Amino acid sequence: MQVADQPKTLFDKVWDAHVVERRPDFPDLLYIDRHFIHEVTSPQAFDELRRRGLRVFRPGQTIATADHNVPTIDQHLPIREPLSRKQVATLEANCAEFGIELYGLGHERQGIVHVIGPELGITQPGRTIVCGDSHTSTHGAFGAIAFGIGTSQVAQVLATQCLLQHKPRSMRIEVNGTLRKGVTAKDIILYIISKLTTSGGTQHFVEYAGSAIRSLSMEGRMTICNMSIEMGARGGMIAPDDTTFEYLYGRPFAPRGKAWDEAVARWRRLPTDEGAAYDAVHVFDAHDIEPMITYGTNPGMAIGISRPVPHPADATEARALEYMGIEPGKPLEGQPVDYVFIGSCTNSRIEDLRAVASLVQGRKKAPGVTVWVVPGSKQVEAQARAEGLDRIFEAAGFQLRQPGCSACLAMNEDKVPSGKYCISTSNRNFEGRQGPGARTLLASPLMAAAAAVTGKVTDVRKLLESAALATI
Amino acid sequence: MIRTTCIPLPVENVDTDQIIPARFLKATTRAGFGDNLFADWRYLPDGSPVPDFPLNDPRYAGAKALVAGRNFGCGSSREHAAWALADYGIKVVISSFFADIFRGNALNNGLLPLQVSEELLQRLFRQIEADPATEILVDLENQSLHIPALDESVTFDIDPYKKLCLLNGYDDIDYIRSRREAIEAWEKGLRI
Repeated sequence: MQVADQPKTLFDKVWDAHVVERRPDFPDLLYIDRHFIHEVTSPQAFDELRRRGLRVFRPGQTIATADHNVPTIDQHLPIREPLSRKQVATLEANCAEFGIELYGLGHERQGIVHVIGPELGITQPGRTIVCGDSHTSTHGAFGAIAFGIGTSQVAQVLATQCLLQHKPRSMRIEVNGTLRKGVTAKDIILYIISKLTTSGGTQHFVEYAGSAIRSLSMEGRMTICNMSIEMGARGGMIAPDDTTFEYLYGRPFAPRGKAWDEAVARWRRLPTDEGAAYDAVHVFDAHDIEPMITYGTNPGMAIGISRPVPHPADATEARALEYMGIEPGKPLEGQPVDYVFIGSCTNSRIEDLRAVASLVQGRKKAPGVTVWVVPGSKQVEAQARAEGLDRIFEAAGFQLRQPGCSACLAMNEDKVPSGKYCISTSNRNFEGRQGPGARTLLASPLMAAAAAVTGKVTDVRKLLESAALATI
Repeated sequence: MIRTTCIPLPVENVDTDQIIPARFLKATTRAGFGDNLFADWRYLPDGSPVPDFPLNDPRYAGAKALVAGRNFGCGSSREHAAWALADYGIKVVISSFFADIFRGNALNNGLLPLQVSEELLQRLFRQIEADPATEILVDLENQSLHIPALDESVTFDIDPYKKLCLLNGYDDIDYIRSRREAIEAWEKGLRI
């Protein structure tokens, strides 16, 4: 008997197509199309393979880069710090031993794993993608199911190209309407997390939809999906459309010729069917969102720039404000900053660097402020130089560094000193995240650029107004 | 069956950057992360212990259970967090809510994430504060948590497959490798 197909969500379609086996009371055996690895969460996984005498099952489907623990200056020289040097060397040795393609230091395609995957065209709609990094959710911007895994699971994927996973619940987050001036993808996702809290998405896989999401570029969509994990979600995804296909067309690993047309035809069937059900739905109005900034020690502790810092509701929030040295009851505007970090898998793509350059062109950084611009990849760096953005940054007193995760997690030498304030385009404002005692204020590249110029937290809309006036 | 005292950590949203800060992730083996468990809360910048941090409190020495506020293990996917807890000697973490990736990583390392109600969690915090020698009994096979001092016995949920793995020492690689034929058949089939 033929049963009519139930309407399915984008997430259902991709997940169900990758289930190798489904048994009652058992996690699904899920096939993984592409696996990214980096130097920090992979060495113990390769050790596990050696311990068991196993080879990599499908070496062509794993792609490696060095990003988390690399210096962002003098990358042509040997890494100075011995443990970091050893970790990167271990990745190189493991990739050579197991036959895995490495986009390592010095490679023209090296960069942050979640920047180079899409750049290379490896990230494609309908794929399952994992990496030993929680921000793997970034790749969901293309309509892929992408999520972060632990090192034991890295070993599983290397050994079997599969994972045992219970299917998460589904959540739809709609953002409708037109974004106001000075409001970007980063502000949208910080706004959503501030409403749903840092655990609001736990056990769910999110689909972002609505006209405000549809209007975003691929870079903006990646910024949104990137931070899904910051509300506890397993991942986030956005239905592929012409914006997606235009981004992918002609990239090194994108299909070509007839295969491209066939792929696009398949990808056009992925968006959620009319009438498909979700386990949870949230709807927001883009018009309610203003430039956002965090004031506490998790990404859910974020406010619109004009809003006062809330009074702590419990001991955990009080502890956060004490750590941050921030007083409740008044807006953050005017708070002096010491460091500005523009980078990370959230906001280090060419569009982010262009936004920063557009604001700082003809301006200089405030005295006493250190500004790091860390491009997401060698390709982003090259593009920025080709467009002359490097000269704008140099004239403004910004340091354009080399690609890597850098001060987002401060594994390398790019650390913010204890007690200092850093406005950062990254994804986490946890205690000590950017260095022991460092105080992180998360914001968009535009807001970070505004603070770099004024030396304090600034509503970027005021600078945009004066820039517009100056050109009249 | 685990019978142990508990280390209380009544903080919510404990992220994996606190459990093991990133600068300690440079090791290429799994061993030794316990020394840096909660490093920035546990040690002063000069390396001396923070006196009032629970891990430094002799009253909780030798405890195999950590009792922590809701949403434990959020943030980074680093399995080093589970390794650090296990290496320190923790066998079970009790909270009212766990972040997904941490929960999976813990189970893959023989560390039991045991979820209880917020109400019971708060009572347990108060009980441990009143009597640091408070013992709990965890029975994985029967999925029960017994707290004699509170005269409380509750059952907890665990993924049946993971329970089987924990009780028998199985792991996912062995199981998935046994499904190789099915995997290769899937690879030959239609993909979207």
